[in-house]
Amino acid sequence: MNEGYRASFSQIWKSMGARLKIGLCIIAVFLIVGFVVYWFSPGDVMALSTYKRNQPISWEHPLGTNRQGQDIFWLLVESIHNSMVVGVVVAVAATVIGVLIGLFSGFVGGAVDRVIMFICDSIIVIPSLPILILMGSMLRGRASLMMIAGILILFNWPWPARQARSMALTIREREFVNTARFSGEGLFKIVCVEIVPHVLSWAMANFVNTVLVAIGSEASLAVLGLSSTTTPTLGNMIYWARQYQAIMLKQWVWIGSPVLATSIMFIGLFLTYTGYNEYVAKKRGR
Amino acid sequence: MRLAKFVLSRILIWFLTILVGITVVFFLQRMMPSDPINNMISKMLGMGTTMTPEEIEVMRESLAKQYGLTGSLFEQYLDMLRRLVHFDFGLSIANYPTPVAQMIGQALPYTVCLLLTTTVLSWIIGNAIGLLAGFKKDKWYSKALETVSMCIYPTPYFMVALVIMILMAYVKQWFPLVPAFDEFTFTWEWFSDAIYNSFMPALSLMLVGTGWWIISMKALSSNVAEEEYVNYGRMKGLTEATIGYRYVFRNSILSQVTALALHIGGAFGGSLMCEIIFGYPGVGQMVNTAINNSDYNLLTGVIFISIFAVATATLLIDLLYPLIDPRIRNS
Repeated sequence: MNEGYRASFSQIWKSMGARLKIGLCIIAVFLIVGFVVYWFSPGDVMALSTYKRNQPISWEHPLGTNRQGQDIFWLLVESIHNSMVVGVVVAVAATVIGVLIGLFSGFVGGAVDRVIMFICDSIIVIPSLPILILMGSMLRGRASLMMIAGILILFNWPWPARQARSMALTIREREFVNTARFSGEGLFKIVCVEIVPHVLSWAMANFVNTVLVAIGSEASLAVLGLSSTTTPTLGNMIYWARQYQAIMLKQWVWIGSPVLATSIMFIGLFLTYTGYNEYVAKKRGR
Repeated sequence: MRLAKFVLSRILIWFLTILVGITVVFFLQRMMPSDPINNMISKMLGMGTTMTPEEIEVMRESLAKQYGLTGSLFEQYLDMLRRLVHFDFGLSIANYPTPVAQMIGQALPYTVCLLLTTTVLSWIIGNAIGLLAGFKKDKWYSKALETVSMCIYPTPYFMVALVIMILMAYVKQWFPLVPAFDEFTFTWEWFSDAIYNSFMPALSLMLVGTGWWIISMKALSSNVAEEEYVNYGRMKGLTEATIGYRYVFRNSILSQVTALALHIGGAFGGSLMCEIIFGYPGVGQMVNTAINNSDYNLLTGVIFISIFAVATATLLIDLLYPLIDPRIRNS
């Protein structure tokens, strides 16, 4: 057995760069807040006048309450939860679709390949935000979070597709693929069994990056009031805080906490993304 | 001959990209489970207009005609393409009956100036700092610079914009909360006033943009700095400045030019968000008005102009590429 496969968790941890460690720690904190603390939420966080208005920070209300009588801490927890769900759903779908299309395209080659890659390039070049804004404003009020996620998937699959294609181009020339082909395996099975494992490590890095892009896009839409206005997400929280003049009223915690949380989460995701790339490059011995 | 082929193929790609963009928007719009005409009529009724059912029917038909929603899907598609060739986006609903093209024409110069200045400046500044940080990667200031850009770059544009606005317009009243531009005159006063008013949006765009160029240029140039020919140059007794410019810079800047082409679409989106947050009177602000008034003609017009503008900018950068890379020029 290869020694690397039996490496314990602590050995892996030691071999990571500082960047990846910090990034993973930040993400872990957000996962705990968004998926563990979330379960202790005291019910409907969006309900108005649940508590006294404008309470300062206390044990009962860790971040105080806002002008609408909502508890800012629980609002933030639910927002983090929903934002992360959107990010993960979009990233999973976009990565899977992108990698499959890219591998297929690279493997088949020829005119099919050229057409698919051309569509990818076009979608990469087209500015997505104005189109998202149009879609959001047509759906306004009735948009569910998953519908927004669906539109985001449409704009995020081309990056993994491009990368997976170039990998397929190099991999398809290797011996083991020919062996599989001559022993009568179908194209789909070759792609899934022989090639996907090779693409996986790169797809992981792209996955983290897509989570970041998706949360950011949803937040941009939500700040404009074009995502679901009734589901709290990080952008949605900023939208309502701005609608109720949190800046004018100097309610810094209300508007500041989602801004700060998003920034820290994004720094964490970005550090993980670049740190993981470094880690993989080091493992390959560069 | 090779060059002519290169230019022609790029122009073909430019044309097809715009076509794909328009097609995606057209079909996405038709797939939405929402009827824009119903939305507009309910908006009008909501604002206090009273109409009898017959009048509503007449209104519906005229809107459908104006919107190009008559005939089969394919006819609608061809009709839209025909109108787009003439930059005819119909009339604005919010500012009825001003043509959308005219409204965009008024707002576009503000956005183009803001976007062009900040993109070019942050590209130059970011690459200069990134080159320094990658070439001298063991110095403390290189590490500090990279850490700072790592913290700013991943943050979305509008977050940076919000923070800057809160700090510079509310906490310290250094800059006006809502930018106000006077009628354009070719005087020093007008320009200094315009720079003062657009400082905050420009700063937020530049912080994010510069952050990215520092990170990517540092990664590129620190790889190049380890190449054999850089060592060879040192042994030959070249100065650090010559190595930095002739060897490291010239070799790392190439991918940064390609990256600039891919970056423009995102920067355009960032500029839209910044304009909305700051109330800067460009295309972004117009988009905000369009959202609030369900003005789909205006929104669609903005999208087509932005697809056109971004594709054209990408084409120009692609065409500039042979000028900086002698390998493509000579092959």
